[in-house]
Amino acid sequence: MKLSQLTPGQSGTIVEFTDLEMSVKLIEMGCLPGEVVEVERIAPLGDPIAIRVAGYQLCLRKTEASVIIIE
Amino acid sequence: MTSTIKIALVGNPNTGKSTLFNILTGLNQKIGNFPGITVDKKLGYCKLPGGRQAEIIDLPGTYSLYPKSRDERIAFQVLADSTNPSYPDLVVVIADATNLRRNLLLYTQVADLGLPVLLALNMTDMAKKEGIDINVDKLSERLGVQVVPISARSNQGIDKLKAAIVNTTMATQLAGADMDHLAPGALQHTRELLQTDHTYLCLQVLHQHEHLGRYTELEHEALEEIKRTNDFDASKLQAAETIARYRYLSSVLSGVVVDTGAKRKFAFSDKIDAVLTNRFWGFIIFFLILFFIFNAIFSWSTFPMDLIEGGFGWLTEYGHEHLPEGLLTDLFLDGILAGLGGIVIFIPQIAILFAFISILEDTGYMARVTFMMDKIMRKFGLSGKSVVPMIGSLACAVPSIMSARNIENWKDRIITIMVSPLVSCSARLPVYTLLISLIIPEKMLFGFINLQGLTLMGMYLISIIAAILVAWVMKIIIKAKEKSYFIMELPVYRMPRWKNVIFTMYEKSRTFVFEAGKVIIAISIVLWVLATYGPPERFAAIDRKYEQIEAQKIETEIATLERDRSAEKLENSYAGILGHVLEPMIKPLGFDWKIGIALVTSFAAREAFVGTMATIYSVEGGEEGTTIRSKMLAARNPDTGLPVFTFATGFSLMLFYAFAMQCMSTVAVVFRETKTWKWPIIQIIYMTALAYVASLIAYQLLK
Repeated sequence: MKLSQLTPGQSGTIVEFTDLEMSVKLIEMGCLPGEVVEVERIAPLGDPIAIRVAGYQLCLRKTEASVIIIE
Repeated sequence: MTSTIKIALVGNPNTGKSTLFNILTGLNQKIGNFPGITVDKKLGYCKLPGGRQAEIIDLPGTYSLYPKSRDERIAFQVLADSTNPSYPDLVVVIADATNLRRNLLLYTQVADLGLPVLLALNMTDMAKKEGIDINVDKLSERLGVQVVPISARSNQGIDKLKAAIVNTTMATQLAGADMDHLAPGALQHTRELLQTDHTYLCLQVLHQHEHLGRYTELEHEALEEIKRTNDFDASKLQAAETIARYRYLSSVLSGVVVDTGAKRKFAFSDKIDAVLTNRFWGFIIFFLILFFIFNAIFSWSTFPMDLIEGGFGWLTEYGHEHLPEGLLTDLFLDGILAGLGGIVIFIPQIAILFAFISILEDTGYMARVTFMMDKIMRKFGLSGKSVVPMIGSLACAVPSIMSARNIENWKDRIITIMVSPLVSCSARLPVYTLLISLIIPEKMLFGFINLQGLTLMGMYLISIIAAILVAWVMKIIIKAKEKSYFIMELPVYRMPRWKNVIFTMYEKSRTFVFEAGKVIIAISIVLWVLATYGPPERFAAIDRKYEQIEAQKIETEIATLERDRSAEKLENSYAGILGHVLEPMIKPLGFDWKIGIALVTSFAAREAFVGTMATIYSVEGGEEGTTIRSKMLAARNPDTGLPVFTFATGFSLMLFYAFAMQCMSTVAVVFRETKTWKWPIIQIIYMTALAYVASLIAYQLLK
């Protein structure tokens, strides 16, 4: 399942990434495989989304969230 | 030892790095340039215990040594190149204690470069409040460097930090995660090539050597060759490195950080976010805040601006009365002083806009605005962060273009800078008001809508639509080297730091006066010369003519005559001649040579339009006491006998002022912000072309 498919309040554990270049940026920001991420809220216009990861809040576009595979 | 010790300050964004920099250096700062790039180099000086002086460089905030933007690359270029003039003797890494693991990623990279380093743990008071307990001694022991808990916000621990800086004379950090196993072959060859045993430096050099100026063409080729023969996959290695570092940090931090309050930590921020980024309330509150800021820029600046204007007017008058008459006095008062006045007049608006921007940034609200607006703005090649500069341009493009610096992505930032001056600023207001009063009847529509007001609003709308359309076109034309990312931290809400607000107001105003000011004064002088001088024989003829008339007239009429004389001189000055030269070109737009003169003089600033019109039309228009408005209304075309300011001409002229780049302050600030003449020149050309075409179409359709 992709992170972009979650609704606010749902969470999952990062398994892998489908885009290598994007994964580098995400890992740097603490989105490591094994970390639990929770979707906190979605922007009023439906994109981007705000997630809770590694003890802080991160926002990213849906296209970026869709490279994160979670379970 | 009395020599100056060079210190680099590095850290993630939102860690209080700038606050610490301000505390350490006070007002003893200067802003310089890194050669060839658009990033400001912030330098400051600080006295250390024992009498030594420290030169502190504030490097752009970054999450790692692998840059996501051009600005962030500076950290790598300074820290990984011992031949860089800014290469420090000591690095102070500042880390946010409330989110230590992610913050220490950068620390481990910097420490592995082998420079003497110490760690400042900021916001320790905040962390304690949120239930995060950090064992500083244990952390220091495990990392092998001094760790100083501070609170930049409440000025705690700064003396200890200074003492620690003095005590750190060599690199003591313990080895972190093993980097050699990532690419053993490539690293071995690189160590031999560069003759160094710093493994991590070699890895960084392999990744980013093209951005280091110290290597020769041959060395760059050799490094590329090493990468080829050893299958160096940059992205994969970077991911592996980051994961290895996080793993190492997990073991370092186990038993060091005890988090007892993770749950309640964000409760407060979440509650605010539930309202401020709400589907419905989010935008309403945002627009109310914008309205308040926009309103404040207009209304709060009126008084200081009047004061400045009055002050410079008085100074000019006083100077003319008391200084010996002559060329130098005129140049000084009407050229240089007038130019100076034109710069200082912007300070109130700049200071007010930046006070608000720094409050919005400090509290964390700006990140939410970006979050909410990103989707709309992205469609037009802008980013969520372009909202503030665009709205601010309604007041004045100058501070707004300066504020576009907050946009990390290069392409988004350039497009924002390029279209901001299209948004109708307050300087266009007097032009619009004058022209609207000439061409639009003072009528009510449906009994309650003022037709003139509606037209004015229409002009603002046209300008905003034009800005968005141009942004969209530029999005297609401009090629970006970097992909646009929107992976951004949403910091927790905090109270603004008033000291930072004051610092920002002071710093931005000062930067504007000193950087843009040089260009503005130069252009003012040129324009003064153009408007004051003309071919000598023509000027002599005018002087003779008026001296003869004056001899026959009585005292009271001489004042009127003086005005006529200066108007006639303006017509025959080089600016006037330029107006005549322009006439064939601007005739299709419905403009005559008089408007041509106004176009020339308002190249410096649009406001000059009204003043120039006043001077030119004082020649004709008959009796004493009539306003510029009635004189312009009475103006007739000598060939046809029809009024000059028809609806077609007036509207065409308004469109010209809406789109043309007639503001040297903006040109100067765009040059300053992009550090090249390429962008301001493109901007002048495209805006003039746009203005010309729009006016041409409008006039030809309406006449």
